[in-house]
Amino acid sequence: MNLDTHSPAADLRAIADEQRLLPSLAKSTLSVLAPFLALILVWFAFAGADYRRSARLQKPAQFNTRASLQKVLRDASQVGVAALGMTLIIIAGGIDLSAGAAMSLAATAAAWCFRDSQPVWRGIAAALATGCLAGAINGTLISVLRLVPFIVTLGTMTIFHGLGLIIAKDTPIRAFGKVPDWIINLQRPFPKPEWLMVSSGVLVMLVLAVLVSVLLRYTVLGRHIVALGSNEATARLCGVNVELTRIVVYSIAGLLTGVAGLFQFAVLSGEGDPNQGIGKELPVIAAVVIGGGSLSGGRGSILGTISGACMMSVIQHGCVTLDIRTSLQKVIIGVIIIAAVSVDQFRQRRIAS
Amino acid sequence: MASAPLLRMTDISKHFGATRALDGVSLEVRPGEVLALLGENGAGKSTLMKILSGSQQPDSGQMELEGSPYRPRSPAAARRAGVAMIYQELNLAPHLSVEDNIMLGQEVSRGGWLLRGRQRPRVRQALELLGHPDLRPDTPVRQLSVAAQQLVEIARALVMEARVIVFDEPTSSLTRHDVARLFDVIRRLRQRGIGVVYISHFLEEVRQICDTYSVLRDGRSVGSGTLAGATESQIVALMVGRSVEELFPQVPHVPGEVLLNVQELSGIHAPQKVSLQVRAGEILGITGLVGAGRTEFLRCLFGLDAVRSGEVTLADVPLPASTGSAIGAGLGYVSEDRKGEGLAQQLSIVDNLTLTQLEPYSRGGFLNLRRRRTAARDWMRKLQVKARDPSQQISELSGGNQQKVALARILHQQAQVLLLDEPTRGIDVGTKAEIYRLMGEAAAEGRAILFISSYFTELLAVCDRIAVMSRGRLRRVLPARDWTEHSILQAAMGLEDNPE
Repeated sequence: MNLDTHSPAADLRAIADEQRLLPSLAKSTLSVLAPFLALILVWFAFAGADYRRSARLQKPAQFNTRASLQKVLRDASQVGVAALGMTLIIIAGGIDLSAGAAMSLAATAAAWCFRDSQPVWRGIAAALATGCLAGAINGTLISVLRLVPFIVTLGTMTIFHGLGLIIAKDTPIRAFGKVPDWIINLQRPFPKPEWLMVSSGVLVMLVLAVLVSVLLRYTVLGRHIVALGSNEATARLCGVNVELTRIVVYSIAGLLTGVAGLFQFAVLSGEGDPNQGIGKELPVIAAVVIGGGSLSGGRGSILGTISGACMMSVIQHGCVTLDIRTSLQKVIIGVIIIAAVSVDQFRQRRIAS
Repeated sequence: MASAPLLRMTDISKHFGATRALDGVSLEVRPGEVLALLGENGAGKSTLMKILSGSQQPDSGQMELEGSPYRPRSPAAARRAGVAMIYQELNLAPHLSVEDNIMLGQEVSRGGWLLRGRQRPRVRQALELLGHPDLRPDTPVRQLSVAAQQLVEIARALVMEARVIVFDEPTSSLTRHDVARLFDVIRRLRQRGIGVVYISHFLEEVRQICDTYSVLRDGRSVGSGTLAGATESQIVALMVGRSVEELFPQVPHVPGEVLLNVQELSGIHAPQKVSLQVRAGEILGITGLVGAGRTEFLRCLFGLDAVRSGEVTLADVPLPASTGSAIGAGLGYVSEDRKGEGLAQQLSIVDNLTLTQLEPYSRGGFLNLRRRRTAARDWMRKLQVKARDPSQQISELSGGNQQKVALARILHQQAQVLLLDEPTRGIDVGTKAEIYRLMGEAAAEGRAILFISSYFTELLAVCDRIAVMSRGRLRRVLPARDWTEHSILQAAMGLEDNPE
């Protein structure tokens, strides 16, 4: 029996496919930009509210200014850098609950070096190496013991916190006055040479963001990370070294957590506090999720993650400007997280159908 | 065909504990040959293919690929050696593009950097060889149809320069039209001298595409030869090990009063204004291409999908659109997605069987487990479910036995209207016959059966009437004897202008 492959129905279907492709292209571009557009929307919503309120109180509006943009970006940079690493982990189908603890462990390690007046490079290396090692430990435990990332990192969260306390002998390590200015400046809202426009930490975040998206897009490792989160069995079948890839992902993420730890150290003007990072993993994960990352793996975007981190700091800063209580800020951020994820899911379902 | 074999498996044996899964099985594939590997579920086909593809090691026996010894330690090693499997559940990363999926694990790169410029021509070449240059390398795979996804897998095997490609039930989720396209692809592979092993339950299909066959039964090779020289009943007899008088056992049943009356039922996208009546004691077949809205129709009836408009009555009583009340009113649904939805894979047989109807065993919210277990055992005996005992986990059963449990569940809940979505898909010939018999018996007891299938032969053999849907609409309902496979296909493709 010879079935005709070029029936009219087949042609019809081919045409229908062709037509569907164009809007789907626009749709997918929109879905990449969505978190960023939402961020701009939230910014102007606060700006509008601030203008009206200032007019009523007859004082100058503060929100829609360069100074406030500088502060917002500065506030976002610490969570943002750590969230870059978390994006990689989440795309690879994992999670890291120990990011907050690892961050302050890195800050503590840096403070320890600076307090003892060791060379500057050693302080920085201490933070980065600590973060990277913490990540490598997570990745290795998950790969070797074949445990769920949630459980492994739940355990290492406590371990890293405890290690920090041991190093610091239970009180924050202070290295005030022993840290070069440029490190402290990483987290000064208003940059020292003014032509930098924003704090140097923000620039570091942006450079790292570009590097991470290049990694994801243009390298073999990047494709393997997405494959791992999208369908681990397939990745394995196609000869991807799943275990090694996972360890590398967690180590790169750890390195970025180390950078965030250095930022944390700078925010406190040269203090390493092992307790400072407790709970910090949650805004980090939230940034990824607001930015369109899927906890079931395979999906996440760098632009989205940075937008997510900025979104949270815009809301925080906006609420302060509008004199909204901290308690209410928390509620608002929570609502935004849930709203972002449900809108995203709704959109995904529509694309799928 | 005098050419030397491409792949030779000799005397392969494999034990699992005390069970002898394979007992001295041999098999040969020549370049450009399409070999049908046939056998009922549990005959050893999957074990043999797992050994071929490196996910299991044989206890004894030799394998040769292109004349040199071949003994893969892992699926990845088998792929490197040139043996690729196209599984029933597709092995793709849904978030990656067509190109990235095809090149996964074999990327063209320098120092870790992807060289897309050099990679793209290889992808295009593979797609062209398969006769589908229209597939865009940038499209994310999750946006493709199942048929197109399958193509991506085949392209991956081509780029890998696979010498032998194994297709495991490749058509079970394809429409007839896509099947024709797939066969075209397989013919192209044959022309390139690739050896193909084709596993399928559809004998007609096997006849269309395969050159030779090899039949396994109870872990042994029981027959092989060229398909041109064998009749269907000879092959079936080899597979089941006895001469099957009837592939389609007929249980006499007489349609009575109208039981289910559907008036202009519309869902969100599909169905669109579907009206039909089903009588007590009637088997109504529903068919159409994938995406015709058959499944959505049943799901709307069962309250799983949202209903936009329309009216459904069961024995003249309006049927509310919620699953809970549909079950209460006497509807039972067997999902086409046995693994994902139809059965809770982690739960036991007894849990699955009684999930919709626990009242007989409960008092004040507490279950009488012993009585429930006894009842489950009765049903298992009635439907001949092969399992250790009622507390065995569903995922440990074969597909056919799982399907029997799904059927037992709706019979146990005493459903008057059985909604069966592809109940025989991926099931061996013997179990299929048992399922047809159960459907006939259920009809003889006065139940109404709505039976979705893409397999026209079984519809024509089993149903009283057949309804054909396309693009969400009901095209035509006729008595089964007034349809032919060809006319069903025409109606399913929507080629007729004036539906009745």
